[in-house]
Parts: sequence; C-alpha cells; structure tokens
Amino acid sequence: MALSKKTKEAFLGPLNANNPVLVQILGICSALAVTVQLKPALVMGISVTIIVALSNVVIALIRKSIPMRIRIIVQLVVVAALVTIVSEVLKAFAYDVAMQLSVYIGLIITNCILMGRLEAFAMTNNVKDSLMDGLGNGLGYAMILVMVAFVRELLGSGKLLGFQVIPQWCYDHGYSNCGMMFMPAMALILVGCVIWAHRSINEENK
Amino acid sequence: MKTDSNVYTIVYATVIVVIVAVLLAVVSQVLGPRQRANALLDTQKQILVALNQDIDNCKNPAALYKELIRDTFYVCASPEKEFFNADEALAMPLAEAKKMAAKSGAPRFFTAVVDGELMFIIPLKGQGLWGGIWGYVALREDLNTIYGINFGHESETPGLGGEIVTEDFRSRFVGKHIKDATGELRSVAVLKVGKVAPEGQEQVDAWTGATITSTGVNDMLATSLHQYYFALVGEEAMNKANELREQYGCWSAAACVPAEENVESNNQEEE
Repeated sequence: MALSKKTKEAFLGPLNANNPVLVQILGICSALAVTVQLKPALVMGISVTIIVALSNVVIALIRKSIPMRIRIIVQLVVVAALVTIVSEVLKAFAYDVAMQLSVYIGLIITNCILMGRLEAFAMTNNVKDSLMDGLGNGLGYAMILVMVAFVRELLGSGKLLGFQVIPQWCYDHGYSNCGMMFMPAMALILVGCVIWAHRSINEENK
Repeated sequence: MKTDSNVYTIVYATVIVVIVAVLLAVVSQVLGPRQRANALLDTQKQILVALNQDIDNCKNPAALYKELIRDTFYVCASPEKEFFNADEALAMPLAEAKKMAAKSGAPRFFTAVVDGELMFIIPLKGQGLWGGIWGYVALREDLNTIYGINFGHESETPGLGGEIVTEDFRSRFVGKHIKDATGELRSVAVLKVGKVAPEGQEQVDAWTGATITSTGVNDMLATSLHQYYFALVGEEAMNKANELREQYGCWSAAACVPAEENVESNNQEEE
C-alpha cells in the first residue's frame, strides 16, 4: 500500500518534528503522573495511542455532519464513550491491565492531545490521514513517556519493569537510589532535558 | 445540508447522545458477567496470596481456592451487644448469617486448610494516601500468629505507596503476633525505622518514602482486626478454633509454635 506524502507526514511528523509533547507541549500533566515506573507509562502510552487513533477515525467519519457550535461537545462525547468502552473491554478480557489502568482512565479523557488532534486534524481531514495522525501522535507521546519513565525507574529504584537491574554489588559499594526521581518535578526536568536534546539535534539538521 | 440551524443542532445532539447511551448499555450488559467472574477470581487470587500460595505458577487458581478454603463465616452484630459475639458468629448457619450480615453490613471471614493446618483469613479495609487500600491476613490456628498477608490498593503512588503489594513488604508481617502475652488483641504496628511500638505490641518497618500509606496500613490492620474482636479473642473463640480443627481433621500445630518462636527470638538476639 503506497501511502501518499501527506499520509506519511501525518504519521511521521508527530514522532519527531511535530511531537505533541516536545514541540506542542501537550499532555505534560499525564507525563508527570504515570512515569515513575515503566509499566504504567507503557500501558498509558498504548491506551492513548489506541484512543487517539479511534476517536480521530470516528470524528473524521462524521466530521461533515457535526454542527459547528457543538463540535467540542460532540468530540468529548465520542472520546468519553470510547474510553469507557475500552475500559469495559479490558475489565472483561484483561483484568490485570484494567486494574493498572483504572487510575489513568480519567487522565486519558482529559488528555489535551486528544482534543487537540480532533479539533486540529480530524475535523478537516479524511479517515485514512486521521488514523495515521492519531497513531503518530499517540506513539510520539508514548515514546516520550517511556523515555522519562525509563530514567525515573532506573535511577529512582534501580529497577526496570519491576526487575532489579542495578546489582546489589553497587549498593554495597555506596551507590544509593535517587529519591528525587519519585517527585513530579523530576519528570518535568527530564522532559525539559529531552526537549533540549531534541531541539539541538533538529537545529543541526537544518 | 444546513448544519448551522438550531433544529439540526438539537436533533444531532439528541441522536448522538442516544446512540452513545445505547452503545454503553449494550457493552455493559454483554461484558457484565465476564467482568464479575474476573473480579471474583481476582479476590480468590488475593486470598491465595495471603495463604502464601504461588499463584503465578498456578494454572487454575479457582480450583486451588476451592481446595483450600473450607467455610465462610459472617460476624454478626447483635443489637443489644456492643461487640460481635464469636459464638453466634461461628455457630450460625450460613444462609441466616448471610442475611444478617447483609442487613448490618457485618464483616465475614474465611477458614482454610493449608498443608493440613487450620487458617483463618480476615479481610482488611482501609485508606491510603490517594484512595482505598485493602488486604487479607491469614492467621494460624492459634488466632494470633500471622501466616501470610496480602495488600491491594486503588491508586497509591507507583514506586512508593504502591510497593505495599510487594513480597518485600508483605514478608515483614509473617510470623508476627497480633496479640500480646496476656492474649489481648493489639494488632501489629507499622512504624518508621527507629520508632518503637508500645509495650506488648509487635511491629514491622514502614515502607521508606511512603509514610501516609504505611500509616494507612497500620490503621487498617488495627481497625479491621478489631471488627473481629470476639471471633479472635477469648476462650470461646479458641474453643471454636479447636472445634473447627477437629472438624476439618487438621493436625495440631500448637506443639510446634513455641519451638518456632524460640528459633526466631534466638535469631533476633544474634542480630
């Protein structure tokens, strides 16, 4: 399947040059809340990706019929319905994951990336492009979450995905975990570091 | 189509809300039984963890639960008594007790037989930092020694309060006693490293960095165990435990308990 240039751009753009977290500074709130450990960050990233993609598709399908004056409400209803359905399905078929996710369900509905993509992209583009845009933005967001959570879990508790990676030997020789990594402020500082690196790399490419 | 008119807007809003409502209702109805089965299985698994069963390598936890758990008892509050009466609680037929329990919201507990030994499993309920916490504690037949414990939480901070579910934290409770030397119920204190519990009460270390969640665990143990006061403390409760042990055909661990205690206290002295 050959994708048009625009479709490709809709998918690849948000992964780098137009990343929702790094460039548009959206979805920062949840980046703080769920990145203490890698596992919830992964689950959150995947869930947001699925929900952005699905809601983008739904809104793109009905975009021509939506009355302008209540479009935001319609978008919200679609997002809330999708989040609820996904959570119900998870509870029935992946109970453990649903328990992990339950805390973040509210965060997904209010995630600024969702409303941002629906309003800025899905309302004016066709279904295929909207799907790619949703996937791209979701993955772009997940990518940053995973990066931050990787550093926070590794330095904060010496573990990755719950497994001890920093050997006991290091602790015996005076190494200790960085308690600061548990603070939300460290997530913000780490996101800042990633943005810094991202900007300077992109600067060189230009 | 003119999508700006008032009539269109109102009709559109109504239609979309109805569609979403129907969709959600159908999803909830269709998936409901499956979700309830999952929730039940989850509770059973939590109880099995409290009984120190390795559920990760267990292919059929539901069958294991059925094999180990013998009875459910409802602790019933009598209107004229301030506290629950152990004898009533234990002797009452299940159906009747269930009715009374439903009326009074009284707590229940379970009995199990693990490796031929009688166990009492007491559910715990409390409040952490961000939301509810809960757990199950398995007591040995002396109604005093903790055999195993399990915790769950709604939304404690991952890496901090969330760590109460880990083996590292749970294992701190194993072998602790909930009563003092006189047989009075004291619960187990969860205290910051360096703090010492009042005389007669045993203690475990709180999870570092999770002060409020640890205090929540401490309070949860104390309040939940006290709800079962008359099923745990006193001669009647002990007699009932003996009766149940004979009924289930369990061996008596009473002879072994002091020996284990000696080993433990020796270790502590060495440390």
